[in-house]
Amino acid sequence: MMSMPRCLRICGGNDSLRGTDAMPATTMIDAIRDALDVALTDDPTVTVFGQDVGYFGGVFRCTAGLQKKHGIDRCFDTPISELGIVGVAIGMAAYGRKPVVEIQFADYMYPAYDQIVSEAARLRYRTAGEFTCPIVIRMPTGGGIFGAQTHSQSPEALFTHVTGLKVVMPSNPIDAKGLLLSAIDDPDPVIFLEPKRLYNGPFDGHHDRPVSPWRTHPMGEAPLGRYLVPLGQAAIRRKGAALTVLAYGTMVHVALAAVEETAIDAEVIDLRTLLPLDLETIVASVRKTGRCVVVHEATLTSGFGAELAALVQAECFWHLHAPVERVAGWDTPYPHTNEWDYFPGPARVAAACRRVLEVQ
Amino acid sequence: MKPVERPLELFFAEPAVRPGAEPDFSGLDLPAAGSLRRPPVDSPAEEMRDMAFGLIRLLDDDGQAVGPWADTLDLDDAARMSGLRHMMTLRAYDARMLLAQRQQKTSFYMQHLGEEAISCAFHLALRSGDMNFPTYRQAGLLIASGYPMATMMCQVYGNDGDPVRGRQLPVFYSSKSHGFFSISGNLGTQYVQAVGWAMGSALSGDDKIAAAWIGDGSTAESDFHAALVFASGYRVPVVLNIVNNQWAISTFQGLARGGAGTFAARGLGFGIPALRVDGNDYLAVVAAARWASERARRSLGPTLIEYVTYRVAGHSTSDDPSAYRPSGESACWPLGDPLMRLKQHLIARGLWSEDRHVQAEAEIMGEVQAAQKEAEQIGTLHSGRRPSPAEMFNDVYAEMPPHLRRQRQLAGY
Repeated sequence: MMSMPRCLRICGGNDSLRGTDAMPATTMIDAIRDALDVALTDDPTVTVFGQDVGYFGGVFRCTAGLQKKHGIDRCFDTPISELGIVGVAIGMAAYGRKPVVEIQFADYMYPAYDQIVSEAARLRYRTAGEFTCPIVIRMPTGGGIFGAQTHSQSPEALFTHVTGLKVVMPSNPIDAKGLLLSAIDDPDPVIFLEPKRLYNGPFDGHHDRPVSPWRTHPMGEAPLGRYLVPLGQAAIRRKGAALTVLAYGTMVHVALAAVEETAIDAEVIDLRTLLPLDLETIVASVRKTGRCVVVHEATLTSGFGAELAALVQAECFWHLHAPVERVAGWDTPYPHTNEWDYFPGPARVAAACRRVLEVQ
Repeated sequence: MKPVERPLELFFAEPAVRPGAEPDFSGLDLPAAGSLRRPPVDSPAEEMRDMAFGLIRLLDDDGQAVGPWADTLDLDDAARMSGLRHMMTLRAYDARMLLAQRQQKTSFYMQHLGEEAISCAFHLALRSGDMNFPTYRQAGLLIASGYPMATMMCQVYGNDGDPVRGRQLPVFYSSKSHGFFSISGNLGTQYVQAVGWAMGSALSGDDKIAAAWIGDGSTAESDFHAALVFASGYRVPVVLNIVNNQWAISTFQGLARGGAGTFAARGLGFGIPALRVDGNDYLAVVAAARWASERARRSLGPTLIEYVTYRVAGHSTSDDPSAYRPSGESACWPLGDPLMRLKQHLIARGLWSEDRHVQAEAEIMGEVQAAQKEAEQIGTLHSGRRPSPAEMFNDVYAEMPPHLRRQRQLAGY
């Protein structure tokens, strides 16, 4: 069956602003907007800015209505300069405000990379705490929307390799809101990666099936008001005894689908925060199951999965019955036409799980 | 018939002369002191475009301060005399630290020789709470604001008295209380951060302004352009300083400047008023900096200032300028020595004398040496008390995450 290409959702028609005021958020977009709304309401130093985030409300609508509600000095548009957005945020944070900025696509962050790596991540260190950089950089991440190589990348490993940063990737609306509020409260710079394929519904990798909405998912409705999901804590999404699957973002749903469809009794762990990593939860699970599959959408070589595999090997060596397997995007740029051949869908995850289980 | 086309070719900008040739500054157009007008600070940017191509100079060849910028300069005799003292202190400080580097008490040093006026004078345009985002050649901001010299030396030595715990290269000072943001070696990054800091101040309803600093060479960095876009777009209360000291290590300023007439003219395309100033004229720097800071304080927006000066010494202790420019070039620099020019002005004003100058030099060197003794009692890079290696793991995050704690334990701390 041919899949219907999904366009980049540049213009959202629905600005009913779920996730603000009375109605609980029922998409990840609404949950993120709700978190920003709560932060803007509770903390007068929180300042939201980025390309198209002000009047228009962001190309993915994550800031829709915030300028109108909180004023142009709290939520505003910027010129198209990722370097400028992040550089300005660093200065503003050094002054004492809390900038929460949006990079329109994670793929666009490279002009800001020097400011993130050499400046934001090290300001506390190089001044022995005199100047700090409590900023949040939000970035839509990952593929699944026919965005090709400039709208699909998952650059998390480029951030987890940078000491001084925290790196977060939620997999559902409830976590997205609670993690974003924790990120905004955090005294250090946080890279907040939003899997854009999950914005409007959970996605298990079956691109040829109808899209399911968040409202029918147990993690789909983010409660009203302020609540926190702490950084550095993984969540076990499925208890199991046969093997452990480590995943984050979109791949949590893909992994769950893969193990359900193959009836493998896997424990699926949603890392939620990549740095600092909840090693304790990972190690406890792998020591129990003795087998581990690491899944991410980003390219394989030097990906975050390599770090996970190394840690599991070092911490669980005497408990392992099989080599740790990695399932990842191929080491190619993210293609346009062949997106679903690139994407590590449930079949590839299931195959890796079977291979790991075959080793006696 | 088709005309004969030649293969395409590029232009490679080169300085007028190289080592072995006679220095040549004939390309530097020098208007007479006092000849430039002083527009009202709230003039529309398009009516001040000429200011980007002139050169604001107050001190004439006889040491008299002349012209409209001098006539409106509110600077009493005591302040003029402290200006000289600050420059003399910075020069003596540099001399001692250069020597300390040669004695291997530290790894690296960068001096200000010839550029002392700019940072020492700029301080007078700021108030307590304002913030500089400096490069590595604005230590005059610290000296002029009374920051303890011994603490500066502790930073250069990276000893146990170093406020930044031996984590940064020598001369990469940081002091929030003295309005001196942490220096970055990446060049240019601070320019856009200064704009963000000033935006933060304005968004908070504060009255503090920021000053950004960059060198002629680093204006080629994207950070410079991003800073100008944001500064002009939001009319940010920031003073954007460019120190044009002619040389970016071995690269002459013409390469980064391209075909533009001046670095100041870079501001015009952004609608930012721009001044070009004799950077070796202490009074000109004060006058221009105050004009720009007044614009910032009145929410009239940013001002770009190019200070024309000359880097007399090497880029750093790792540099030998005789390899790329005539050795006698600094002596021929037409804007002279900033220290001598202010000294001449004070003498002409009846405030100073050769004898008092010699006496002050000795006094200042005594102060610098006393500070050095104090710093060295704590230690130098290779001896004495140094920050504990355990501190290497601190301040990466506000709270040390588990993986870093494990690494610290592994390292034996």
